Amino acid sequence: MRRAVGTTLVALAAIVVASPAHAHLVETGFGAFYDGIAHFAVSLADMLIVIALALFAGLRGTRAARHAMFALPAAWLVGGALGALWPTASIWPVSTTLSLALTGALVALDAKLSDASVTAFVIVAGALYGFVNGATMTPGGASGLALLGAVCAIFFVNTILAAEVTVLPVGWPRIAVRVAGSWIAATGMLMLGWLARPTLA
Amino acid sequence: MNTHRPWKLSVAGWAALLLFAPATVLAHQEIGQITGFASGFLHPISGFDHVLAMVAVGLWGAVLGSPAIWVLPVAFPVTMAFGGLMGLLGVPLPGIEIGIAASAIVLGIMVLAQLRPPLWAAAILVAFFAIFHGYAHGKELPEGTSALLYSFGFVVATGLLHLVGILLGEAHRWAVGRQAVRAAGGGVALAGLFFLWQAVAA
Repeated sequence: MRRAVGTTLVALAAIVVASPAHAHLVETGFGAFYDGIAHFAVSLADMLIVIALALFAGLRGTRAARHAMFALPAAWLVGGALGALWPTASIWPVSTTLSLALTGALVALDAKLSDASVTAFVIVAGALYGFVNGATMTPGGASGLALLGAVCAIFFVNTILAAEVTVLPVGWPRIAVRVAGSWIAATGMLMLGWLARPTLA
Repeated sequence: MNTHRPWKLSVAGWAALLLFAPATVLAHQEIGQITGFASGFLHPISGFDHVLAMVAVGLWGAVLGSPAIWVLPVAFPVTMAFGGLMGLLGVPLPGIEIGIAASAIVLGIMVLAQLRPPLWAAAILVAFFAIFHGYAHGKELPEGTSALLYSFGFVVATGLLHLVGILLGEAHRWAVGRQAVRAAGGGVALAGLFFLWQAVAA
């Protein structure tokens, strides 16, 4: 009887004990490429910046949106590859959050930047987020294929969204886009506060 | 019999070791996603003073018409986030609860009296009060939740409350609706007076 109790105790302890958990990608079971897509889909920070950049490029017209369509994934890929080379690098939360808030503000203000400026902004933001992506995904066992999957998902979301925004009529639909931008800017601003708080405590 | 004793000791030992063994958990950014969004989303809705003020912003925007109908609901969340940032940075702000109550009173009166100040004045007024709302509630992140999703949920809920106000305020296009909107503004102002009384008495 005692032996049975003891064995049960060990079994229960083995069940409740926490097993080692490592930072990892979402495992879809379909391979690294799809894991990368899933990683992007569940990473709100990545999703928000892509949405914000697509809205921004879309508001600036067809030409800017076409440039962003290729500039964003390419910059993300290059940044990701560089980040994979330095996987222990800092994730630069202030820089990424600041760029998110700034992009949201540009959308909210419907900032009239030139096509070249829009493309340059998209490249810088994409490379920054890509670098952080590469630096954080690599320690979790992500391969280049996973990064490629994430970049393909970014291309898809950016292209569809920017294209939709370019054809929006003047009036309420474009105002709705600007309101969405203000929400992203506000979210980024609150996040900056969260990031600053621990250093003050 | 003795042959079983070491086994029993080792059972207790292993159980203790397993239960107290710390798990190796590496940092992972995306934690508490569902609870983060839900907490942030429900936060502005849980306080009646906030709900009334945010709906009043939408009501007033609808009364003023374009472009105030969308400028005011854009100004509020952004400056509210700025207020949250001030709170998180520890910037002192006196009379927070009084400011929140005053926002309901003033915005309610604006809707009740159908006042139409210049757009810049309306935007500054709304932005001023939004700072108090953000300061008071923007920094209350529950443990174990994602700060990004909490912030996002908080902002989205605020924006949707403005939208509710705008949709209700669109009733002012009709004579009966106009009276109903004015009555709603009066109700918000009265509730604001109650909140002010509570804030002063506290």
